[in-house]
Amino acid sequence: MSDLLDIRDLCVEFETRKGIVRAVEKIDISLKKGETLGIVGESGSGKSVTSYAAMRILDRAGRITSGSIVYSGIDLATAGEAEMRDLRGREMSMIFQNPRAALNPIRQIGRQIEDVLIQHVQATRAEARRRAIAALEQVRIANPEERYNAYPFQLSGGMCQRVVIALALACRPQLLIADEPTTGLDVTTQKAIMDLIVDLTREHGMSTILITHDLGLAAAYCDRVTVMEKGRVVECASSQDIFGSPQHAYTRKLMRATPRPGALLQDLLPEDSPPQSPANAQSTAARSDTPLLRIEGLIKEYPRMSAGGWLEKLRGSNPADEKPFRAVDDVSFDVGRGETVGLVGESGCGKSTTSMMIMRLLDPTQGRILFDGTDLALFPAKEFARNPLRRRIQMVFQDPTESLNPRYTAMRAIADPILQAADRPRRDAVRARCEELAGLVGLPLNLLDRLPHQLSGGQKARVGIARALALNPDLVVLDEPTAALDVSVQAVVLNLLQSLKERLGMSYLFVSHDLHVVRLLCDRVIVMRSGRIVEQGKCEDVLERPASAYTRELIDAIPKRPV
Amino acid sequence: MLRLIGRRLLTALPSIVGVIIVTFLLTRVLPGDPAAYFAGPAATPAAIAEVRTKLGLDRPLPEQFFSYVAGLARGDLGTSLTTGRPVMTELAARLPASAELTLAGLILSFMIAVPLGILAAIRQGSWIDHLCRVLATAGVSLPVFFTGLLLVYVFYYLTGIAPSPVGRIDVFYSPPPSVTGFYVIDALIARDFGALRAALSQLALPVATLAIFSLAPIARITRASMLGVLSSEFIRTARASGLRPTTVVITYAFRNALIPVVTTIGMVFSFLLGANVLVEKVFAWPGVGSFAIEALIASDFAPVQGFVLTMAILYILINLSIDLLYGVIDPRVRIEG
Repeated sequence: MSDLLDIRDLCVEFETRKGIVRAVEKIDISLKKGETLGIVGESGSGKSVTSYAAMRILDRAGRITSGSIVYSGIDLATAGEAEMRDLRGREMSMIFQNPRAALNPIRQIGRQIEDVLIQHVQATRAEARRRAIAALEQVRIANPEERYNAYPFQLSGGMCQRVVIALALACRPQLLIADEPTTGLDVTTQKAIMDLIVDLTREHGMSTILITHDLGLAAAYCDRVTVMEKGRVVECASSQDIFGSPQHAYTRKLMRATPRPGALLQDLLPEDSPPQSPANAQSTAARSDTPLLRIEGLIKEYPRMSAGGWLEKLRGSNPADEKPFRAVDDVSFDVGRGETVGLVGESGCGKSTTSMMIMRLLDPTQGRILFDGTDLALFPAKEFARNPLRRRIQMVFQDPTESLNPRYTAMRAIADPILQAADRPRRDAVRARCEELAGLVGLPLNLLDRLPHQLSGGQKARVGIARALALNPDLVVLDEPTAALDVSVQAVVLNLLQSLKERLGMSYLFVSHDLHVVRLLCDRVIVMRSGRIVEQGKCEDVLERPASAYTRELIDAIPKRPV
Repeated sequence: MLRLIGRRLLTALPSIVGVIIVTFLLTRVLPGDPAAYFAGPAATPAAIAEVRTKLGLDRPLPEQFFSYVAGLARGDLGTSLTTGRPVMTELAARLPASAELTLAGLILSFMIAVPLGILAAIRQGSWIDHLCRVLATAGVSLPVFFTGLLLVYVFYYLTGIAPSPVGRIDVFYSPPPSVTGFYVIDALIARDFGALRAALSQLALPVATLAIFSLAPIARITRASMLGVLSSEFIRTARASGLRPTTVVITYAFRNALIPVVTTIGMVFSFLLGANVLVEKVFAWPGVGSFAIEALIASDFAPVQGFVLTMAILYILINLSIDLLYGVIDPRVRIEG
């Protein structure tokens, strides 16, 4: 078979304030007709830049400096803008991460599909509407005629990604580039979207490039996989080969760092890394009769928003049912001393609302939150910040970048809880404590005076953890602490969290959607769905022998490598 | 939609009541005694007292206030002492003059500033970006009376292209029969093309003066807002699907960038409507701004109160229409209403 796309010696440079940066360095990638190629790498590996270069949609600072990108006989690297415009969307299309942001927020989705059809003369104005509805139907959107008039904000994330796919495939292109198409979507939605992409591309005999940081996803859906690191291709082989016998050290490191069934926390680190403190989570969990945290019949209700009513009214149905929406519906569980409990579920299941109520950022509608014998639910959320118990509960947030004040140095960020809690702490005492904490989380002391944008993702995660530990808490709520990190960094951070827990004897409430990660870190796991607990029990029991159909569905949706 | 407008107007009621009270009190607190002013410099204290009784200024404040409010309820804003005519009639005659001038100035400004801002955003750092910056900076830094006089000097005195800068229409033409109060539109309705020409040529210079002044905020906001939108992800999607640059820039980017632009235009409009006294003075334009200033200097309460109240109501109406425009531009705003 001939190659549909052939990239040779491609170099891409970016002009930055610090001078010229090479994002892609002499890479070769080829793609056959009908083939699915995975490009895998961590952030900064140049995988997205490569695809933007192929589409010629690099931003103004980026430039192809040398090399060729031949798409069925045309060199895209030197093609004119008019020629490229004709190819984009008609011959080669792209779908993106964060589908809601990828759609024009103030234009009906049907109209957006029409725009593409009319641009590429695939439809006249008269029949564009019918074609757009057909495109929506093709991506299995129910009631396409009705959805035609919807705006992106009225649709769920998975639904928006279907629309983006419909948009990309409306003109029947030959090549589809999918840039992290399911990152940020729930695992069951991810499976539905990936299956949809595979079905549609196979049906039309298209070639696909799947750009992802998730090795498991690439393994499950690609024929061949290219691994990139720092702008270079380090390895390219068939899916089977690359996972069966990875050749390059970086590929092996990536594979090790990916959480998977059967692996222990320690296994994620590179082979030559120093051994961590004696790791045996279960034995250190000091069993005690009274749990540290006991949640009893917790309920959080929200009044139905009139916003929903607006849509309902349009459809003509009656919005009069004023029954409040229950985000958390009668939840009870314990967190023992020194125990790590995982709280798992898909977006909207109430896991974040539950953790916010435990942190007393939200007032529960009903129920008790017993922390070390005291019912926290009795204190209003507004006053809890000044409660002495507040110091003993801390939180690590999902996005290490967004959760740091961009104008605070690492040191100031770590010192924040100390300065809040103490009356007039001595400056050198605070400094000493920050250095101690930095040592604890493995943050080099010379980084303490840097601002967040001068730190890497992993370093920012360490700052966030150090800040949470500053007041020696008994309970740390970890809200997806590694979701925004690369797998190799995630491996290090997870190991760090584990060893800190053993050393300091804290309890963790670990909120996550990633069952593999939960398996690694948690003693017990609680599965939530629509505000209710579906299943809870010891990690091995729940994940190996799930009792509920929903847990089984979640486990099955995790991409599996071909055997 | 109608319910939304009704609700918005209801929430505006307290501010109107506040405006009525505050302007009433302020005009009473201001220095200067209208009775003494109108009795004339040679008047005896007895004459002044007589005028005061005639004006009702000797009665206690609450009583004066209630008779004022009672008048308002009947649509009576009082009578101007300087002109001797009802304030309502005066404002009704002058408001269209101000509105025509301001509106025309804003339309011209919008037609120049928005394309300039868009071009400056797409070609960031190019000559057009610098031109935009220079024009905007020069526009705001030159005071309007200076630009106005400069334009008069060049186009009337030196070259004689423009007619003499006095009033809304040349003395040889009679104003077209009033329908909207806007001479240009009334002339069109009456198909009086001579009057149309005369009205337009009188408008040209003051409108240009206003446009130069209001260019800056609109161009700057358009540029900044476009820059923000152009870097967003849906623009990348639009480009990746091969849409034409004009579609990407106008249909996708500009419509999304419109909200801050509309906000700015609304603010500039309500500001200029009452506050371009200087332009009105330079061009002898019979607008509300200069009318209010003259009344204030003469301690003529009724016109000042009427003016402030009219401006407050206009401000509320303009803001309401801007808010409704948001809903037209952005479907997400509609639900929150």
